[in-house]
Amino acid sequence: MTTQTSHIVVNTTINGEPTVFLANERDSLLEALRDRIGLTGAKEGCNNGNCGACCVNLDGRIVNSCLVMAAEVEGSEVRTVEGLADGDQLSPLQNAFLEEAALQCGICTPGFLVAAEALLEQNPDPSEHEIRYWLAGNLCRCTGYDKIIRAVQLAAGQGQD
Amino acid sequence: MQAVKYVRAASVDEASRLLQEGGEGARVLAGGTDVIVQARERTREIDLFVDIKQIAETMSIAYDAADGLSIGAAAPCHEIYGNETVRELYPSLVDSTSLIGGTAIQGRASLGGNLCNSSPAADGIPTLIVLEATVEIAGPNGRRSVAVEDFCTAPGRNVLESGEFVVSLKFPTPAAGSGARFLRFIPRNEMDIAVTNAATQVRIENGSVSWARVSIGAVAPIPLLVADAAAALVGQPLSDETIAAAAAASRAAASPIDDMRGSIRQRRHLAGVLTERTIRQAAERAAA
Ligand SMILES: Cc1cc2nc3c(=O)[nH]c(=O)nc-3n(C[C@H](O)[C@H](O)[C@H](O)COP(=O)(O)OP(=O)(O)OC[C@H]3O[C@@H](n4cnc5c(N)ncnc54)[C@H](O)[C@@H]3O)c2cc1C
Ligand code: FES
Ligand code: FES
Repeated sequence: MTTQTSHIVVNTTINGEPTVFLANERDSLLEALRDRIGLTGAKEGCNNGNCGACCVNLDGRIVNSCLVMAAEVEGSEVRTVEGLADGDQLSPLQNAFLEEAALQCGICTPGFLVAAEALLEQNPDPSEHEIRYWLAGNLCRCTGYDKIIRAVQLAAGQGQD
Repeated sequence: MQAVKYVRAASVDEASRLLQEGGEGARVLAGGTDVIVQARERTREIDLFVDIKQIAETMSIAYDAADGLSIGAAAPCHEIYGNETVRELYPSLVDSTSLIGGTAIQGRASLGGNLCNSSPAADGIPTLIVLEATVEIAGPNGRRSVAVEDFCTAPGRNVLESGEFVVSLKFPTPAAGSGARFLRFIPRNEMDIAVTNAATQVRIENGSVSWARVSIGAVAPIPLLVADAAAALVGQPLSDETIAAAAAASRAAASPIDDMRGSIRQRRHLAGVLTERTIRQAAERAAA
């Protein structure tokens, strides 16, 4: 096929706000979030499902937004890392990441935050094994993971959610 | 990404019509964890995604003792291993669906997609084979069913004809005294493609194996049903000897290739090891 562009209108809810956006029909959700909506929290690491930097919450479960078509979120609810903080007030999980120094370059951090938040929502007191298993699809090239695991444990211990 | 169009099919008939009109370039979009990557990397020429997830039948999971279990082709792994009936009666489906990718992949990836992608290393298919799953297919000429072991024909190829797609997978209720287990070997703990995988279901009555199925994957162009492995078990009490004979049958059935994940020799060896382990662990589940 030639590179004809056809635009589509997508009605969705993003971080609690009803949102209508215009996207290219071939856009992934990640591309739509970053390039059309201006939410650049979700990152493109691999663009093939392996790194988790693009993790967002779609209708209550985490997905890799690079493997979701933008058109698929019509009528759905999307939550991104931008929805975690309440204004200037960071969420307990975000604070725990700062306290435990769970990030260096920060590329992986939005994905880890969204994924860990979803874990704590369904399992407020996860074991270390459960945390590691849940986050196995999120890669980090800087921290060596231990600090990330400790941050999630700290947030869980503080009764996050 | 190629200039892919996207359509949500509202019904089985509409999906089938769109797929037929779209020809070779039209593809079902279930969880997208294989097909979006293929469209992006242009390993397949794709110009139309037909999203089947709005069709209730492709998303539902239902069970009754008479008809058994039905899993919508597009139901994500997360819903499958989260389902109480599946956890209780079909734990081998939990083995498979909780190993496919990580959490974010499992939020989208489906068993129908795993089957229709028809990879020799697919982690869903050996389990479907030993559970005697039937593939429910809809198409321009109505519906038909195919035994899952007859579905894949070559790497990336299967029996689906133009306009056809998989609506659901059906599983008989496990007989009393039966148990099933799936295992795979990968070099790390999670998130990798199987070097070899295997599943076994056994039924044990009065201390002896009355029925068995063994399937091995990533050791041939398609996942294999190893009839000789089952034959080595049936009609006798489970013993080290019968298990060793079944493992030898799996090694003999394997015709693996060398690639970056494993050698022919390693894969053949693993086919035996995983056959043995899945038999023992299936028997433990049968006894539980
Ligand atoms: C990071 C990552 C890790 C992965 N790990 C694993 C793993 O550990 N084990 C494993 O087995 N796989 C793995 N996969 C591959 C993939 O996730 C699985 O094969 C998954 O089950 C595919 O399901 P899906 O719903 O996403 O399929 P899709 O990508 O939507 O579809 C796959 C193919 O099947 C066709 N199709 C889908 N549904 C139907 C239908 N109902 N009727 C007809 N055709 C259909 C599509 O057109 C496409 O050709 C991984 C993928 C990624 C990206
Ligand atoms: S960018 Fe989506 S998983 Fe890496
Ligand atoms: S902090 Fe750099 S990749 Fe995780």
